Amino acid sequence: MFLKAYVSSCGWLMEVKESDKNLRNKTNSSQRKQNKRKEIKREKRREEKRRKRQLRNRNPSRRREREMSVETERSSTESEVSGLDYEETALTLRLPGGTSRVAGSEPDRKRGFSETVELGLGSGAPVGTRGVGSTDDQSDESPESQASVAEKPPAPKARVVGWPPVRSFRKNVMKSCKLVKVAVDGAPYLRKVDLEAYTGYHQLLTALQEMFSCFTIRNYPDEERKLVDPVNGTEYVPTYEDKEGDWMLVGDVPWKMFVESCKRVRLMKSSEAVNLAPRAQHS
Amino acid sequence: MREEISDMSEDDETGERARWAPDLSKNRSDDSDSGPGPPIGDSPPPFSDQVLENVLENVLEFLTSRRDRNAASAVCRSWYRAEAQTRRELFIGNCYAVAPHRAVERFQSIKSVVLKGKPRFADFNLVPFGWGAQFEPWVKSFGAAYQHLERICLKRMSVTDKDLTIIAESFPLFKDLTLICCEGFSTLGLAVIAERCRHLRVLDLIEDYLEDEDDEVVDWISRFPETTTSVESLVFDCVTCPFNFDALERLVARSPSLQRLRVNHHVALEQLRRLMARAPQLTHLGTGTFRSEVGFGEVDPNLDLVSAFGASRSLVCLSGFREIEPEFLPAIYPVCANLTSLNFSFANLTAEELNPVIRQCHNLQTFWVLDSVGDEGLRAVAESCRDLRELRVFPLDPTEDSDSSVSDIGLQFISEGCRKLRSILYFCQRMTNAAVVAMSKNCPDLVVFRLCIMGRHLPDRITGEPMDAGFRAIVMNCKKLTRLSVSGLLTDKAFEYIGCYGKLIRTLSVAFAGDSDGGLRYVLEGCTRLQKLEIRDSPFGDASLISGLPFYYNMRFLWMSSCNLSMRGCKEVARNKPNLVVEVIRDAVEEEEEEIEAVEKLYLYRSLAGARTDVPAFVKIL
Repeated sequence: MFLKAYVSSCGWLMEVKESDKNLRNKTNSSQRKQNKRKEIKREKRREEKRRKRQLRNRNPSRRREREMSVETERSSTESEVSGLDYEETALTLRLPGGTSRVAGSEPDRKRGFSETVELGLGSGAPVGTRGVGSTDDQSDESPESQASVAEKPPAPKARVVGWPPVRSFRKNVMKSCKLVKVAVDGAPYLRKVDLEAYTGYHQLLTALQEMFSCFTIRNYPDEERKLVDPVNGTEYVPTYEDKEGDWMLVGDVPWKMFVESCKRVRLMKSSEAVNLAPRAQHS
Repeated sequence: MREEISDMSEDDETGERARWAPDLSKNRSDDSDSGPGPPIGDSPPPFSDQVLENVLENVLEFLTSRRDRNAASAVCRSWYRAEAQTRRELFIGNCYAVAPHRAVERFQSIKSVVLKGKPRFADFNLVPFGWGAQFEPWVKSFGAAYQHLERICLKRMSVTDKDLTIIAESFPLFKDLTLICCEGFSTLGLAVIAERCRHLRVLDLIEDYLEDEDDEVVDWISRFPETTTSVESLVFDCVTCPFNFDALERLVARSPSLQRLRVNHHVALEQLRRLMARAPQLTHLGTGTFRSEVGFGEVDPNLDLVSAFGASRSLVCLSGFREIEPEFLPAIYPVCANLTSLNFSFANLTAEELNPVIRQCHNLQTFWVLDSVGDEGLRAVAESCRDLRELRVFPLDPTEDSDSSVSDIGLQFISEGCRKLRSILYFCQRMTNAAVVAMSKNCPDLVVFRLCIMGRHLPDRITGEPMDAGFRAIVMNCKKLTRLSVSGLLTDKAFEYIGCYGKLIRTLSVAFAGDSDGGLRYVLEGCTRLQKLEIRDSPFGDASLISGLPFYYNMRFLWMSSCNLSMRGCKEVARNKPNLVVEVIRDAVEEEEEEIEAVEKLYLYRSLAGARTDVPAFVKIL
């Protein structure tokens, strides 16, 4: 029960088995009445959402003129986005905090805790309109272009709505394509996280912290990051297996490189982590 | 797999597609403003004529092609009546082209309905939410009139749970519900269908958007009848919320006729294996994901999976493969040789990972894939799949300036290997005229050619020239071409070629192309079979719009957005053609009261019903 409450309070959905318990089988007439009431409530809520979505989607021409600045976008739309499109985050294993990414130049940009827990989509920029699918696919485009801007010298053209012509369904599916397993030494269960959902290590660690519910992040002066279980003081070091099969410390390489090469993540007890490659010396 | 959708979008008329009945609205004669036929409700004919009519009805029962039926209905009143009595399949390509009551008055014994709503660009968020295409007025009319309705197929319509309830309550023989790119309903509606449609055979939900809150999901799978069911097809990969897996397993076990099953991404390999064990007779399987649900140190289910696929002797179509873990791919080797259709378009695979699979798929006719496989992956496809008819290459990163790993090189490979290709959709970043020309020569059977160069206005990557020459070759050499989507840097010349040679083209999609009004004019004047024309972000103005006046009654619709249109031009079109509905669409919820002269989005279509009454605030009908 606790788990369920925790899960719903963080806007999570776990794997199928947990959520099976949420499915109700309504068969008798009193439940049918309940259905009807819920249907009306649901319809009202959807209307509200649609209205808010329409307000948010106003004026796509503004989008074309807008500066490619993810920061200002996000700050202006954060409040609109919070709590809406709840179904988007709820239906996948992506974490709250949305799918936005910034250019690879700022992997460690610190974000407030509230930003990461928010049940929203990050840069829900004013886009064209929602046909079939959610607005999230549009919001994802500009931060991604931001990321590629950092690598390509000529500035790209301003984004347009609905181009390239890929359906929202497909865009939404392909967004979560960097799922990696996360295991914690001593915990009996595994989780999967979508690395594409984060913009940097701090976000990832915050998410891990929430996911396994018992850690707090402790930052060491030399930028080492550890997760600590406050109950028994055990320190865990986040490690990952890369494409070559080597186990490395999380945080060693630039974020994008990490996302590219990480195959799975393991929160290793500090005592066992001594065999890993030592941290690269900072010049 | 998706044969049904792709054919639906083409509306073509081969024998096997004859189950789609044609447009209800007028005959397809050039420029004649012919009505729908003799008026309904005239006096009954004399006895001898009645006999003749009965004979005719018996004959017309065999006529299934909708075009033939339209032609037959225009012969005389008697034939019109006979045809109306015997039509069983109703196809309405634009739900606003005719009013429900009129359709129901004319055709009284319909068993199957196909109805399409929003324009295709709605898929790309160009049509504001709430624009229309509600199914409600239709389902109410059908409910009252068609007791024997068995099949409903909707595309891009807005369908509510209430509508689904009406379906379940109104049609005791209901068998087949297919919803493609629809929205507005939820698992509650699905539960009603499952529970009450006792003869349900097909429930296909394809790329729909369900309105479920995570805490209000209904266990619809459990609502199927507890007895043996007649379900043949259950497709729900677009239903993103979790479902009751045990109930599904039991359902599959008691559905001996089940042939097609496509589950959503809440099914991992361990569960897939269980489903396959229950239904070894499956012909079409959508795997949902293709990953294991367990972590380190657990039993590898791979062995069991291999035997599961080995036992599925009838599998011809595989799809799903989301979140794929490629190490499990060898499990499908036993079925590769039998596959005619394979959809890897949600699987992020490299060429190395694709290779061992595709090498075995000699009989593949339909293949959908992501560009992550690169040109090398496409080379393997070209070498292995000599019988390929349809190829779709989707972008892994669907943004304008992404790095796509496929290019003209991949297209060249395909053209050389897959000579029987009929349909291609190809997303890329770099293309050359030479590759497109090569395809036009190597694949003369092409019916559908859709090339999307994702960067806007990009020229030939080697010569720097516009892509005019490539598309010219396509329309010249592919004499069966009926559907064309263009992209890249294109001048008016390209449209001149299309108008000159593209005589069979029915659907044309244009984006970021052309120089001037002349371009659109060429197309309107030249493409005599044009039915559906959708244009965005191209410099076509009022003059070109007006030049199309003689042709709009022969077309199903014209969409133009972000072009150079103004109210003056659009109003002139509306004034001139009373049976055209001319909609000017603004983006939703704008506060300005005064009329803006520039028209951002224009959607015009022929209609017998006149201006629709469910117009939202942001749509103005001229």
